[in-house]
Amino acid sequence: MTFRGTSLSLALGLILASSTSSFAVTEISWWHAMTGANNEVVETLSKEFNESQSDYKVVPVFKGTYPETLNAGIAAFRAKQAPHIMQVFDAGTGVMMGAEGAIKPVADILSMGGAKFDKSLYLPGIVAYYSKPDGTMLSFPYNSSSPILYYNKDIFKKAGLDENNPPKTWPEVWEAAKKIKTSGAAKCGYTSTWLTWIHTENFAAWNNVSYGTNENGIAGTDVELKINAPIYVKHFQELADLAKDGTFRYGGRTSEAKPLFLSGECGIFTESSGGLGDVVKSGMNYGTGQLPYDPDAKGAPQNTTPGGASLWVFAGKSDAEYKGVAAFFTFLSRTDIQARLHQVSGYLPVTLAAYEDTKKSGFYDKNPAREIPIKQMMGKAPTENSKGVRLPNLPQVRDIENEEFENMLSGKQTAQQALDNAVKRGNAAIKQANGQ
Amino acid sequence: MASSTRVTFPNKVLPYLLLAPQLAITIVFFYWPASQAIRQSVLREDPFGLSTQFVGLGNFKRILSDPNYLNSLQVTVIFSIATAVIAMGFALLFAVMADKVIRGKGVYRTLMIWPYAVAPAIAGMLWLFLFNPSMGTFAYMIRSAGYNWDPLLNSNQAMLLVVAAAAWKQISYNFLFFVAGLQSIPKSLIEAAAIDGAGETKRFWTIIFPLLAPTTFFLLVVNTVYAFFDTFGIIHAVTGGGPGKATETLVYKVYNDGFVNLILGDSAAQSVILMVIVIGLTAIQFRYVERKVHYG
Repeated sequence: MTFRGTSLSLALGLILASSTSSFAVTEISWWHAMTGANNEVVETLSKEFNESQSDYKVVPVFKGTYPETLNAGIAAFRAKQAPHIMQVFDAGTGVMMGAEGAIKPVADILSMGGAKFDKSLYLPGIVAYYSKPDGTMLSFPYNSSSPILYYNKDIFKKAGLDENNPPKTWPEVWEAAKKIKTSGAAKCGYTSTWLTWIHTENFAAWNNVSYGTNENGIAGTDVELKINAPIYVKHFQELADLAKDGTFRYGGRTSEAKPLFLSGECGIFTESSGGLGDVVKSGMNYGTGQLPYDPDAKGAPQNTTPGGASLWVFAGKSDAEYKGVAAFFTFLSRTDIQARLHQVSGYLPVTLAAYEDTKKSGFYDKNPAREIPIKQMMGKAPTENSKGVRLPNLPQVRDIENEEFENMLSGKQTAQQALDNAVKRGNAAIKQANGQ
Repeated sequence: MASSTRVTFPNKVLPYLLLAPQLAITIVFFYWPASQAIRQSVLREDPFGLSTQFVGLGNFKRILSDPNYLNSLQVTVIFSIATAVIAMGFALLFAVMADKVIRGKGVYRTLMIWPYAVAPAIAGMLWLFLFNPSMGTFAYMIRSAGYNWDPLLNSNQAMLLVVAAAAWKQISYNFLFFVAGLQSIPKSLIEAAAIDGAGETKRFWTIIFPLLAPTTFFLLVVNTVYAFFDTFGIIHAVTGGGPGKATETLVYKVYNDGFVNLILGDSAAQSVILMVIVIGLTAIQFRYVERKVHYG
């Protein structure tokens, strides 16, 4: 019994110790999905914030992949153990927005911190995506990226293509890809990560065509998909035709196609701007360009939309805790922090000041690829087609699209059938998610 | 065992106390989640649990009329039969071979059992690294040989890959049981048959195989349960249910609907159906297998 006695008093002592320390410092838990170098950024930022003041302590916790983190957060909320801050990926935005009672708008929190929240300081394209239809900013954009084009300069040279002139439109990409394949410069001409995000969601915005009704879901959750319009059908049929002889290679539903480009098997590659780090690390002779567009689309190129993730704050915490969250977000918005985050990690800067700062420092002259996604997003004021796609169940709709694309690329169905099926199944799933 | 040897406890509380840890574990890890699943299966709820609605058997009705559910049922049946047949076939072959080996018997047996220690997710990753068309070593060789290996788009190849990975892992387990089964067959029977002029093949099919029947039947049930429930990690790592829905088994669909699509009611209803299936399989096992297997 003595053992039990000592361990009991030890436990009691620990509880006392931890509760006394919490009188002094308010702990803010931050659940995230960042791995590798990006995880180090999270740790560094938390440490710097904790050292910069003594009232709050941000505690970052890694919770797995993006969907796993979202699930963990939801489960924790149901068990009334929600963290203060949770990182949610772009596709989960609609899920979080649908849960009005579970979250606290970031706009409210930032103004609780004392300073008046000024939306105009932030990059408009990004803020628009994370705001309610009435303009209230709901979550804090942490890591944003946009798709761009990468190409292998050595393969271009071998194929007799101009290595300093990346293809600008999709027909140009197809032409270059065919030339790479037929000249034997590489086994495959073109590959892409995230067909859903790049070839439907960003395809819609960049070519200024509708993805779905209700401004692609930004204006309301009741959405009917429009991705079987002729422009999509033409695009995907071309892709499917190229897949037949291996000119286009499919790598997988998310980022699995990356090794195909890094290993030199494919010459052209579309991928998130956030993937630049791996391309640089591979040591290959690469070039970058804007995401290609359809030259027949009116007004293209319009603007691309943000991917990545944002930070959400759960409801039901104390005012002191929210003040801590506000202080942390204000810290994250600081120009020097944002500029560094952008230059080191490759995420887009969240504030305009950080962008201007980086520009002035001459960073983009040396790293032009870092500016491409910003220019793509800021070039034109977004239209109703180009604010992004927000559905109450975007992960599910993406899965449906992926399934139909796979059946199309394997030759089981045409692009028209694939997109018709995706629209039919997607619409039914959206209806169910809306509780109809 | 006569009743006279039965142990009796004079203390009325002690037996319950001794049982308590086991009961607690069963309640916490089985009855509690199972009851939650049943409760959830008759509800419609948003992911955050902010609004809940009782829908009776509505979720079950929707699932059973969903062509995707019927598709995943079909996928599961094909996957389970293929996995069980391959895993048991190879295990039996290896067991018979290993039984004939005289030198180094122990080494062979030990090596054969190793893959069983590999976790499903790891097994999946191993096979993925070997056969993934973007980075796999074997995939590269197959493609170099001129064969269009692309399990990312070809559903038959994808199915072949997950079946191979799942079967590979289970061969060890089956091997162990078949070896034990072979050892319990009296050598005199086989020798008598040999003297009567029966060849090796004939001896196998007329004596060894029938005498192994109880083991085979037991393994069939165990392998089916394995293919139904324990292969999630492999499918998750190798194909993620794709291409299309070609490798989406019932268990994978439960995960996908619940944790990716966040439709908890549908997911719970599906797991209740799975629960009924596993109860059925266990009943079959107890009814027919336990009676016929003689643990000598």
